[in-house]
Amino acid sequence: MTHRGSRVLHVGSLSRVEGESALRLNLIGDRVTHARLAIYEPPRFFEALLRGRSYTEPPDITSRICGICPVAYQLSACRAVEDACGVVVDGQLAALRRLLYCGEWIESQTLHIHLLHAPDFLGRDSAIDLARTHRSDVERGLRLKQAGNTILELLGGRAIHPVNVRLGGFHRVPTVAELRPLAETLLRARDDAAQTVRWVAGFEFPDAECDHDLLALSEPGTYAIESGTPTVMPAPRTAGPRPDGNRAPPTRTFALPTFGDHVVEHQVPHSTALHSRLDGRRHLTGSLARYAISGRWLSPLALQAALDAGLADPRQAAVCRNPFRSIIVRAVEVLYAVDEALRLIASYEPPLRPAVPVPPRPGTGHGATEAPRGLLYHRYTLDARGTVTDAVLVPPTAQNQGAIEEDLRRQVQDRLDAGDPTDAALTALCERVIRNHDPCISCSAHFLDLTVDRAGPAR
Amino acid sequence: MPTDETPGGAPRRPTLAVWKFASCDGCQLTLLDCEDELLGIAEKVDISHFLEASSATAPGPYDLSLVEGSVTTPRDVERIRHVRAVSRRLVTIGACATAGGVQALRNYADVAEFQAVVYARPDYVAALATSTPIAAHVPVDFELRGCPIDRGQLLEVITAHLAGRTPGVPRHSVCFECKQRGTTCVTVAHGTPCLGPVTHAGCGALCPTMGRGCYGCFGPSDSTNLPAFVPLLRRDGMDTLDVVRVLRTFNTAAEEFDAASRDEEELR
Repeated sequence: MTHRGSRVLHVGSLSRVEGESALRLNLIGDRVTHARLAIYEPPRFFEALLRGRSYTEPPDITSRICGICPVAYQLSACRAVEDACGVVVDGQLAALRRLLYCGEWIESQTLHIHLLHAPDFLGRDSAIDLARTHRSDVERGLRLKQAGNTILELLGGRAIHPVNVRLGGFHRVPTVAELRPLAETLLRARDDAAQTVRWVAGFEFPDAECDHDLLALSEPGTYAIESGTPTVMPAPRTAGPRPDGNRAPPTRTFALPTFGDHVVEHQVPHSTALHSRLDGRRHLTGSLARYAISGRWLSPLALQAALDAGLADPRQAAVCRNPFRSIIVRAVEVLYAVDEALRLIASYEPPLRPAVPVPPRPGTGHGATEAPRGLLYHRYTLDARGTVTDAVLVPPTAQNQGAIEEDLRRQVQDRLDAGDPTDAALTALCERVIRNHDPCISCSAHFLDLTVDRAGPAR
Repeated sequence: MPTDETPGGAPRRPTLAVWKFASCDGCQLTLLDCEDELLGIAEKVDISHFLEASSATAPGPYDLSLVEGSVTTPRDVERIRHVRAVSRRLVTIGACATAGGVQALRNYADVAEFQAVVYARPDYVAALATSTPIAAHVPVDFELRGCPIDRGQLLEVITAHLAGRTPGVPRHSVCFECKQRGTTCVTVAHGTPCLGPVTHAGCGALCPTMGRGCYGCFGPSDSTNLPAFVPLLRRDGMDTLDVVRVLRTFNTAAEEFDAASRDEEELR
């Protein structure tokens, strides 16, 4: 079959991602000219509907942006509003927030690994299909996911849109005795998580590289989740010639209140998500970025599992830039989150009060946390009565859109260079490339239709 | 359950489809959150169309369609009619599909202004002036409430469908659930404003159990009397703006909440 002429390839919806989007590929001969991820998720105008609401409401309202990462929204919102009000939540209340966030990481990353991503590596349509041949692996995944949900339900009341988070802390904090059975569940989950790292490490990974700048929060001494300073690791192409392209170039940081000066959003006609660039360049947030920037702060157990799984050693400044291997990084992050949750439970002492007071004051506040899919930034401006007058939300998938499109362009081009793939092969490749980044489309505003325009003569 | 047979004579498993409109995906995620039951469900029904979970889709018609999300774009007005046409039973899941969701706050605002706040080029974005429940567009066989829906209630809806009976989903208020759990009333004990008396049961009284007043995320129950209830919220410290805000949150387009919030607004 020849693809040298002009033609259009159109594929229905992209599956096993959260939300609705489409993909258009423009080919001239066997050269990719454009790859565009078109997000057509209906816009819901959160930044507009937050105006005029009380400063206490953004955690509950913004959690409804995403049913897959509501805690990320709740805690980025809390941090931003608390920042505006000049309140710092620390000690055991901060530890409980981190524990809640570990629950979401375990649940959400495990969902992606087992139910959305693993079927790609094993040639299956879904986890249910996968269960016909790999039942114990799927069951292990469901068990692990359930362990994450158990944390969310215990601390948050429910797994989706938890009800217990508030400005300053929680409505109610658990007793030590209530957390004890959770620790028992998590000990089993830790074995399951370690087994999952070994399972995914055995998958076959295509050779691939990405040269995006990496952006993640960092906080010396810990694997940043619920707080940290925005940290950039530039792409090797800009860091000058190096003997080893996998060596990490030096990182730079910027203060969170300057986030809007560095990460600039712009609208493109093909998408209801706003694209963004970091200091004028394409960037990637999420698991690969976190592992590169914070990997050395993983717990010994998680770090050893990462090395055994063949990931680059972050203590030696080595970086994994193969987006297909992000599934291993996610599995390591799940193991870390279970390990960390156990540590937090072991050192838990109930705080004297469930929340610190957060009185309103006029001003602007900034908050950022590491959602499972990457850095999530919120900014709110309040008036003296605590009414929200302005809100800005920058979700990870909107930031990653440019990087996903570049990965698509690059991977499709490599495939075209290697031979003459069928449209079906190209479609399958594109869907995999997109799932590598676990895009959360509802967050970014917005399932996949693939259109390939093939036009013009062969080169 | 209709006992259709395949052409070969073997009983056919009922088909299930899951559809998304404007939403956060949380309600369809609830199906994947049935960790203990998911593989069992998949043995009883053919999950024929569930894009979030599977890249294999089978053409309709479908025996049971679960619809998440509200209608907010011209394209979705057409799409929900198609979903209805290919579905024997259509069940809406969640506050967006049954009551417009939080995005229905635009119903009180100028959507052009909303678009301009979020998008530099609003003309690139097609959006209707309102966010409306599915039942405003097509006949709906059952509405499951909640933001998000409750996992147990979702399993009940699917099980009832398989058994060919009406789902046992009580429509009374959250107050009943507090009593069933033995949770102390947050209003009586602490004077905390609580929407429990007018809110549809289903969550298991989560918020009061955490010491928080119910914020109405399951929408109105079957027996509300908002004109009598709102003064109680005031007594417990809410002002008019607070009342409007709490009624206009996740079930904004629910008739009872909408009417009461408009009455309140007139007082301002």
